Amino acid sequence: MWVYEKKLQYPVKVTSCNPTLAKYLIEQYGGADGELAAALRYLNQRYTIPDKVIGLLTDIGTEEFAHLEMIATMIYKLTKDATPEQLKAAGIADHYVNHDSALFYHNAAGVPFTASYIAAKGDPIADLYEDIAAEEKARATYQWIINMSDDPDLNDSLRFLREREIIHSQRFREAVEILKEERDRKIFF
Amino acid sequence: MPSTLPEEFYQWMEELQAVDFVLVELTLYLDTHPQDQSAVQQFNQFAKQRKQIKRAIESKYGPLQQYGNSYSGMPWNWSDGPWPWQV
Repeated sequence: MWVYEKKLQYPVKVTSCNPTLAKYLIEQYGGADGELAAALRYLNQRYTIPDKVIGLLTDIGTEEFAHLEMIATMIYKLTKDATPEQLKAAGIADHYVNHDSALFYHNAAGVPFTASYIAAKGDPIADLYEDIAAEEKARATYQWIINMSDDPDLNDSLRFLREREIIHSQRFREAVEILKEERDRKIFF
Repeated sequence: MPSTLPEEFYQWMEELQAVDFVLVELTLYLDTHPQDQSAVQQFNQFAKQRKQIKRAIESKYGPLQQYGNSYSGMPWNWSDGPWPWQV
């Protein structure tokens, strides 16, 4: 089971109400390379991956939920004081008419989240390469969002998340090596 | 948790976040380097430190976890805000 903790993984501060930034950030909430997709991808792959990497997939998948909460916190803080006029000016009137200020799992262009963002091939190497690619794509997305953001407080948290993608990618690469080593050992049976 | 939080709360929280960062990093590292004895030692040392910080925060600000991973005050105080996105 999972146990929730009443604490963010890393502090999230925003300098000012900024719905335009929230519009970009929602890419990491309900987008193809976002935190929800990441969490669901890894936790789903656990059941058929060799035992040696189940722990890693469990732990990274769990950390992704902590990142999802950080992204939600950013979006919530950036939009909570916005007027409908400000939301309209930020280009998220379409979101507002459907959801008011509620969060929704869609990407920056408003496309709803879909399970087709997640691959599960059942082949351990194929799945882990998928995971490495996902981390690199998420890292790149964080960079593009940082490039678009003029909020120094928010950028501090975004840089933290960007660094986590690098760590995850590195750990998945190590997992590939562990599995290759195991596979090669089996030749001598 | 009380509705307005003193500066001290944020300092405690940051301390917990810092220790937890070490623990998350060591967890992922040990998942792929399970034989690293000094990393395991460091992990256990920080796990102990986390318990102490958690206890200190909860004694003043209420439970950080539930399902029995934290004690409850009277009345039940798990649902008391603020929640992480509200601070």
